[in-house]
Amino acid sequence: MQAYASQQIKGGYMSTIKDELKKRILIIDGAMGTMIQRHKLEEADYRGERFKDWHTDVKGNNDLLSITEPQIITGIHKQYLEAGADIIETNTFSSTSIAQADYDMQSLAYELNVASAKCAREAADEYTAKDPSKPRYVAGAIGPLNKTLSLSPDVNNPGFRAVTFDEVAAAYTEQIKGLVDGGVDILLIETIFDTLNAKAAIYAIRHFFKERNLPELPVMISGTITDASGRTLSGQTLEAFYVSVMHANPLSVGLNCALGAQEMRPHIEELSSIAGCFTSAYPNAGLPNAFGEYDEQPHETAHIIEEWAANGWLNIVGGCCGTTPDHIKHIAQEVAKFAPRALPVLEKELV
Amino acid sequence: MSDITHIKPYLRLSGLEPLIVRPETNFINVGERTNVTGSKKFARLIRDGQYEEALSVARQQVESGAQVIDVNMDDAMLEGVEAMTTFLNLVQAEPDIARIPIMIDSSKFAIIEAGLKCVQGKCIVNSISMKEGEEKFIEQAFICKSYGASVIVMAFDEVGQADTKDRKVEICHRAYKILTEQVGYDPQDIIFDPNIFAIATGIEEHNNYAVDFIEGTREIKRLMPLAKVSGGVSNVSFSFRGNDHVREAIHSVFLYYAIAAGMDMGIVNAGQLVVYDEIEPTLKALCEDVILNRNNDDNGATEKLIQFAETVKAKGKEIVKDESWRLEAVEKRMAHSLVNGITDYIDQDTEEARQKYPKPLDVIEGPLMDGMNIVGDLFGAGKMFLPQVVKSARVMKKAVAVLTPYIEQEKEDKRLAHIAAGTVNEEGAGAAKILLATVKGDVHDIGKNIVGVVLGCNGYDIIDLGVMVPADKILSEAKKHNVDIIGLSGLITPSLDEMVYIGREMARQQMDLPLLIGGATTSRMHTAVKIAPEYENGVVHVLDASRSVTVAGSLLNKETKGPFLEGIKKEYEKLKTDFGNKKSAKQYLTFAEAQQNPAAIAWEEFKPVKPAFTGTKVFNDYPLDEIAEFIDWQPFFIAWELHGKFPAILTDEVVGKEATNLYNDAQKLLKKIIDEKWLTAQGVVGFWEANKVAADSVHVHDDGKIQKLEFLRQQIKKAAGQPNLSLADFIAPEGHPAQDHLGAFSVTIHGIEPHIKRFEQALDDYSKITLQALADRLAEAFAELLHKKTRTELWGYVTDEHLDNEQLIKEEYQGIRPAPGYPACPDHTEKYKLFELLGGEEATGIHLTESLAMYPASSVCGWYFAHPESKYFGVGKIEKDQLEDYTERKGMPLEEVTRWLRPILE
Repeated sequence: MQAYASQQIKGGYMSTIKDELKKRILIIDGAMGTMIQRHKLEEADYRGERFKDWHTDVKGNNDLLSITEPQIITGIHKQYLEAGADIIETNTFSSTSIAQADYDMQSLAYELNVASAKCAREAADEYTAKDPSKPRYVAGAIGPLNKTLSLSPDVNNPGFRAVTFDEVAAAYTEQIKGLVDGGVDILLIETIFDTLNAKAAIYAIRHFFKERNLPELPVMISGTITDASGRTLSGQTLEAFYVSVMHANPLSVGLNCALGAQEMRPHIEELSSIAGCFTSAYPNAGLPNAFGEYDEQPHETAHIIEEWAANGWLNIVGGCCGTTPDHIKHIAQEVAKFAPRALPVLEKELV
Repeated sequence: MSDITHIKPYLRLSGLEPLIVRPETNFINVGERTNVTGSKKFARLIRDGQYEEALSVARQQVESGAQVIDVNMDDAMLEGVEAMTTFLNLVQAEPDIARIPIMIDSSKFAIIEAGLKCVQGKCIVNSISMKEGEEKFIEQAFICKSYGASVIVMAFDEVGQADTKDRKVEICHRAYKILTEQVGYDPQDIIFDPNIFAIATGIEEHNNYAVDFIEGTREIKRLMPLAKVSGGVSNVSFSFRGNDHVREAIHSVFLYYAIAAGMDMGIVNAGQLVVYDEIEPTLKALCEDVILNRNNDDNGATEKLIQFAETVKAKGKEIVKDESWRLEAVEKRMAHSLVNGITDYIDQDTEEARQKYPKPLDVIEGPLMDGMNIVGDLFGAGKMFLPQVVKSARVMKKAVAVLTPYIEQEKEDKRLAHIAAGTVNEEGAGAAKILLATVKGDVHDIGKNIVGVVLGCNGYDIIDLGVMVPADKILSEAKKHNVDIIGLSGLITPSLDEMVYIGREMARQQMDLPLLIGGATTSRMHTAVKIAPEYENGVVHVLDASRSVTVAGSLLNKETKGPFLEGIKKEYEKLKTDFGNKKSAKQYLTFAEAQQNPAAIAWEEFKPVKPAFTGTKVFNDYPLDEIAEFIDWQPFFIAWELHGKFPAILTDEVVGKEATNLYNDAQKLLKKIIDEKWLTAQGVVGFWEANKVAADSVHVHDDGKIQKLEFLRQQIKKAAGQPNLSLADFIAPEGHPAQDHLGAFSVTIHGIEPHIKRFEQALDDYSKITLQALADRLAEAFAELLHKKTRTELWGYVTDEHLDNEQLIKEEYQGIRPAPGYPACPDHTEKYKLFELLGGEEATGIHLTESLAMYPASSVCGWYFAHPESKYFGVGKIEKDQLEDYTERKGMPLEEVTRWLRPILE
């Protein structure tokens, strides 16, 4: 809880990030997984000394690297900060007891979040210190889970659920505690393909701060439209999704993953016209090719996003799967010349 | 830079789609039938656990215009939390219902919270109130807000429920201040229910209740314009229950005034509201007096309405068989017969039409085709169902049969006239021709027959080559008849390869006809990945008979054909790419690793049961009535494209009537089959000593000979603790102190052919398909019966089994009966060993085709495993190392094994 307290003393990040968002379009970082892949890590690297005798394979548990190879994670964060990111995401996409069950590492969930938050904190603070006029923020990434609350995994039993709301909320509460204790500035519920999972995260955040009698950290919400029909995997239209998460009173709402910038464009346009808060967008580097790889070049992504900025749709922008520091650099350069989307006027009367 | 957006403080709700309540939005209907306290039917369905049907109640409300549905499970007989959870989870799986927002209705907050945990959209909570004080109210409101729900606040405080206008306004205003100032609710998310109470009860104090509600609403909306007002409308007419006519009128009049005063939404029966303007004037005037409490001294208005109500009480429904359609013109009568599947009058009507029209062909092209077009449209719109369409086809065929001799005569006359005149015979263009065939090695044709009938109904000329048709015959017949489309059908997996082969042959022979693929084993994915790449000129997977019409229509229209095929091609290419991408994502163990991870069975603790006999036992001419008791009806309805659980399907809102008709017809036919011994059932059961001699090899000792069975093992990487299963895991290893056994069985239904022929001659596809489907059901039922007999007496490994038919269908028994060629043992060629053990064609009465399909088509076979932990599973994809090992064990050429196992090879 110390990190949290110090942050409050530093002067209310919520107000400073809100001020920054009114001044300019903020840049959020790109893919973590893509960058980790470049290190060509093997089972032994993932295990490190501490988990050398762990009873399951752990290769692929990227979040674990924040404990076993923290310098790699901090290094990636720094590359993104160097490229111009204002907000970096913690390496905690799967750091919940539910997702970690794949590696039988449920018990490490809290520790993973603290460790990842610290990696990001260290990198962000270093860059803020270099140039205090451009404060850098750490967003604690809260991923969607590998189990989902609105869909049955059993086609013959549509009423079945692999997990309960309470279990999901408990797992998220543990993650939130780790992220807050590790010192994040923002909580980012992202890659939401089932809105009910996100609602459990919002519920967890509400109750976490209320029970500890602390002011809430700002919350960013980012959904995922999975196909051309413009719906989430759990079937909601974009506006229905937005209506379902409005109660989080989020700092921003936006979209990430599944689509490239080209495909995401109409949805960002719509979101920009209905969202009462700031908007965010971090698309993939195009759609995967036949080999499952992303090959959209940095200048291509940046070129599409430039138009969004010119149209006044954006407050926060960055990249998801397949994007690299080079993508972020190009995006940052292209959007720098445009003013951010103005916050809508929330009217108080019907007529 | 765009202008700054302005966002209005509207109430926003959501299901899968948003519901934004704007000032111009009309009154919002909240569906009330999914409420156990208000709907007896719904309560009964929930109590009986008939959730499938309960869902149809919800669906019906959405269809009749509900914009939100109210769900209430407050019933003393129900576990409310569980019922709410189960029902809402099921609703989430029905996009046509989940589309709209849910109102979670309970007087118990625990049930409300359980409901909030199931719904991704923004709900309305109905309701919270201050009746237990402010503290509790705030606590509950905070919880609702953390789920993002809007709340209905009932005008209820520590003192009691508000009945007068002033109390209603005072309580609502107090609640509003608490919610907005202390809990942080947005005003537009607050909905008040200022209590609608029953009027015209005969008690003087109740007479002003409607006025209090209406005037209270007006004041609440004035003080708090962003908040909403709602109410349970049916309460107001409670004293007229049993008299829906009067109740509906009261509701309409009440709403007319309440909405004008500002009421935004209400819980009503969306399907049952009369239009205010349509209420008969006398009744309307009486209702207005009662609602507005006018002319009501000494309950004067009330008395008058009660008197009026007596006069309109339940007139009762009369059902008269309506024969008035017989008075219509002949064209209308023919259309009526076609649409309703009535054969009684079609011969005489056709004859009448023949005399009316200049040429017999005009009757077909005129009234008959017009009638069939209506059938086609209704079917396309989901207003008619397959069994009805097949009955229509029967009427059509009968009519055509009446006309055919005249048409032939006319042709002959024309020909003679041409010859006499020395002119050449003109060739008529004729209807488009579609060739259908079940591919080589496969004997199943119910689905193909249905497709034939449906396409025939739509005016296509069908050339049906039947079953087990080799590729060269299909292609040469297609050329000979100059057909426009080829359709292939297949039920067993080897048929997939045959279809790929036919596609390749069509390409080689440079044909350009579209190729349609259908049947239980086929899929869009297989078609896209394996067949479409072989043949360029159009390959389309057709999911079921109803789709075949639109597909054929698109392909036979010159203008739509190109774009349609182009669209399909793109779709399939994408599927193929996705498939390619997905492939790499799955992880597999090496075969050696998979073998190291078998089902963990503690053999040392296992005492196998010795069967009553070893060797085989033949059951010839087994009584069909006993077998019929084991029929699982659900697949029977599926064969007719009526989807739903049996018996719920018989009372289904949409297809129930047709399903019931079909069921009655099937029962009648079944009785005939049994009474008149149309069919005979033959079965064989055998048991043999068996041991597992290697991880996936089992030796079966058959009278001194050893039959070596080889099984396949799951190779996909499993979660920790999950085994990689092989059927061999369920047989005790060699050296186990007590001898384990393996069983096998086959059943078949003989004698269908002459009856099929008879129905064909009578042009009665409906009975023909029903008979085929029943024969299939009997074979499956016989297999179920023998399995039960095996468990309880023949092998006798369970002694106290008490399972009803439904539990049997759900496979809640010990031991399994997997069939070679199906997911747990996907290699069809093991069937040779099974039939050899059972005594071959002679003992079983079953012939195996070259694709290892069984003939007669209504046959089932399988192995029996008795071990309590044996269970059904799918082997899934296997890797090359297992394929090579398996090939060696089987002693077959790799090429041949590859061909048989292709569906499970990457």
